[in-house]
Amino acid sequence: MAAAFGRFVSTLAATLLGLLAVTFVIGRVIPIDPVLAIVGDRAPAQVYARVRAELGIDLPLWEQFWIYCTKALSGDFGTSVLTTNPVLVDIARYFPATIELATLGTLVGTLVGIPLGVYAAVRAGSLGDQIVRVLGLVGYSVPIFWLGLMGLLLFYANLDWVAGPGRLDVAYDYYVTPVTGMLLVDSLMQGQTEVFWNAVSHIVLPVALLGYFSLAYIARMTRSFMLNELSQEYVVTARVKGLSEARVIWGHALRNAAVPLVTVVVLSYATLLEGSVLTETVFAWPGLGTYITSALQSADMNAVLGGTLVIGTTFVCLNVLSDLLYRLIDPRTRR
Amino acid sequence: MLMRSVRHFVSAAAVCAALIGPAAAATPADTLVEAWQIDDIISLDPAEIFEISTTEIAGNTYERLIGYDIHDVSKVFGVVAEDWTVSEDGKTITFKIREGRKFASGNPITAADAVYSLQRAIILDKSPAFIVSQFGLTKDNVKDKIKQTGDYTFTFEMDKAYAPSFVLYCLTSSVASVVDKKLVEEHEANGDLGYEWLKTHYAGSGPYSIRDWRANEAVVLERNPNYSGTAAPLARVIYRHVPETATQRLLLEKGDIDVARNLGPEQIAAVSANPDVKLAQAAKGTLYYFSLNQKNPTLAKPEVREAMKYLVDYQAIADTIMKNLGEVHQAFLPKGFLGAVNDNPYSLDVEKAKALLAKAGLPDGFTVTMDVRSTQPITGIAEAVQGTLAKAGIKVEIIPGDGKQTLTKYRARTHDIYIGVWGPDYQDPHTNAQTFASNPDNKDDAASKTLAWRNAWETPELGKQVDAAILERDGAKRAALYEAMQKEVMATSPFVVMFQQTEVAAVRANVKGFELGPSFDNNFVAPVSKE
Repeated sequence: MAAAFGRFVSTLAATLLGLLAVTFVIGRVIPIDPVLAIVGDRAPAQVYARVRAELGIDLPLWEQFWIYCTKALSGDFGTSVLTTNPVLVDIARYFPATIELATLGTLVGTLVGIPLGVYAAVRAGSLGDQIVRVLGLVGYSVPIFWLGLMGLLLFYANLDWVAGPGRLDVAYDYYVTPVTGMLLVDSLMQGQTEVFWNAVSHIVLPVALLGYFSLAYIARMTRSFMLNELSQEYVVTARVKGLSEARVIWGHALRNAAVPLVTVVVLSYATLLEGSVLTETVFAWPGLGTYITSALQSADMNAVLGGTLVIGTTFVCLNVLSDLLYRLIDPRTRR
Repeated sequence: MLMRSVRHFVSAAAVCAALIGPAAAATPADTLVEAWQIDDIISLDPAEIFEISTTEIAGNTYERLIGYDIHDVSKVFGVVAEDWTVSEDGKTITFKIREGRKFASGNPITAADAVYSLQRAIILDKSPAFIVSQFGLTKDNVKDKIKQTGDYTFTFEMDKAYAPSFVLYCLTSSVASVVDKKLVEEHEANGDLGYEWLKTHYAGSGPYSIRDWRANEAVVLERNPNYSGTAAPLARVIYRHVPETATQRLLLEKGDIDVARNLGPEQIAAVSANPDVKLAQAAKGTLYYFSLNQKNPTLAKPEVREAMKYLVDYQAIADTIMKNLGEVHQAFLPKGFLGAVNDNPYSLDVEKAKALLAKAGLPDGFTVTMDVRSTQPITGIAEAVQGTLAKAGIKVEIIPGDGKQTLTKYRARTHDIYIGVWGPDYQDPHTNAQTFASNPDNKDDAASKTLAWRNAWETPELGKQVDAAILERDGAKRAALYEAMQKEVMATSPFVVMFQQTEVAAVRANVKGFELGPSFDNNFVAPVSKE
């Protein structure tokens, strides 16, 4: 156990250091001048020079990196140029919005994707299977922002089924005090049901979209895992023993396919957490993806590095989680 | 088992869908909601504000000493200042502050606040400080030069007898906003003059106060109950950051917002057909231009500079890409400024351009790069110019980039051609004359980095004229000086000024009194009401 924990810590440390170094170097070689983000286009030369010195970017690269790392170790990720807040404060504010979106998206993707995948595998070659495969292909290859805009046009602009971009209608702003930062949770906790339903009507479309995106992947993988399991001898044995078809599929085959599926679901979750940038842009969703993108465009490197670290840490933690689940589901892997 | 849960899930989803129902499509009656790209905000401190959206927010929340009529920029009047007198030698202005007015905090506005605000801007020395410091004020002398002489009077002393209108226009800019001295001093830390606090807080006396700023998300203004003027009809104004212009249009047509600020020409055309939407527009001081780096020997040839001006189809671009967004304008002073030249001598003339190129020894043209910010309408204009330049054999390779990326290159003088926009810092002609026509030191590490410097264009004679014009106290003579400068720059400079921006906002029809002003900081929301 202690060894496993040690391994976890060292993986985490190595991953983060690697991430930091790469992001840091990229941040310093991109042809964008971070001073401009602060002083603007029209500032006189002496102001420009002073801000440059304040940012420390006149120091050698290794020295800048060293200063950043020692500060980061003590929990100081610096201040964001764009928001003027400490980066940690920003992350605490933007990350929950992304978590809310990605969690619900993964939930939809899993709850719909797995049954669809199982169905497609059981009926391999049938029309239903073809439909599932086309659905998966479309979800996987059509640009997500395009789907987002089309979704907005259809369900928001034309049909009026859902609310538009943003997390809430303007009228409901400021009703809920952020506690977890996840609006659905906070509004329920504070008994603001009206705000809750308004937030639901805003989140439905982006969640459906991300859900579809993750469903496409999960269904495809489920189908191939299940096909593999269904051709195994133990399935034949189970059928010969007279078990019901449902029992064979859901109880035996899916149980065995569940082990690699856990990794698929966790990976899909990680993808939604780090990759929902375009969805966030289309839906004006103030999440971490939007935060890092706008920071990158302004060479706001403290914010970019802080955001990258959070994503990196989440990624490593999710991997460890999938390992743990693996062991839980399949006791053979514990040894 | 699983089928049952699937059934439950489906029925739960159906219930949810029924409960959500149609989206509520109206903004609150006492709130104005504007969708706008506001990711340029980095500070709310008037001594630091220099971006388009923050300048507008400051204009709605802070008062300055002086203001001007947005329908006739030449009419200057006192706001916090009641009146002023200029000394005989022209070097000192004495201001009298209006009595009986209050800040949003309830503190009275006195001469101490005005003096503190100006001194603070100079001492902090942030980006816009030069607008005030160009009158010979420095950190060391500002306390002697800007002096309180009574509870409601103070003097402003300059190093030269500048044209009074020049000084007054500078004092209408956001850097000269009057901040609440008492409130700011309460939040001072380590002698920072309250800078850290005021970056995210508010200490002004305008019709609205700033309640909240969430970066890349929203700015919320609230009616200031202590405002001395007519109280604003609406209780709140919300600027929501909506980066996608297609999304802005959608929100507007659905009634989820009242104003869309960043629509493109086709979107404007589309929404103007909607009876629930109307347009508000105003000519802004912003100019669209491209410029030729004189470090490139080909572009430095006078004939090439002139030929370029004949290789732009100004009218065609104005009718298409810039439709509703701007009009042809070729002088460095925007329409409405003192001395602005409004005749546009250049039009597309490929033969004339070819003759000029042949004279320069380039009958077959040449190849050159253009740094283009990937945003409309800049990209569209760049592509149109690329097409017409090709007609004379000039092959332009467009290098697209993010705004900060292209600007970084421009400031480092490593571009060939740069296409972009320039907006004046204040309403006096000096602001643009200085940047387009003056380049006192063309070395790479020069202290003054004007647009002329960025293009390595040496202007010894023009520079002298720029310096002389700010000392001319006769308005008509001063205007004539700027007219001459513009004609000279139009004819010989590496700047191809093409258009003056028209700002367009699409507004819901039930919104009354929404008007755009000539500058970024006078898009006032205080008169706005709703039916």
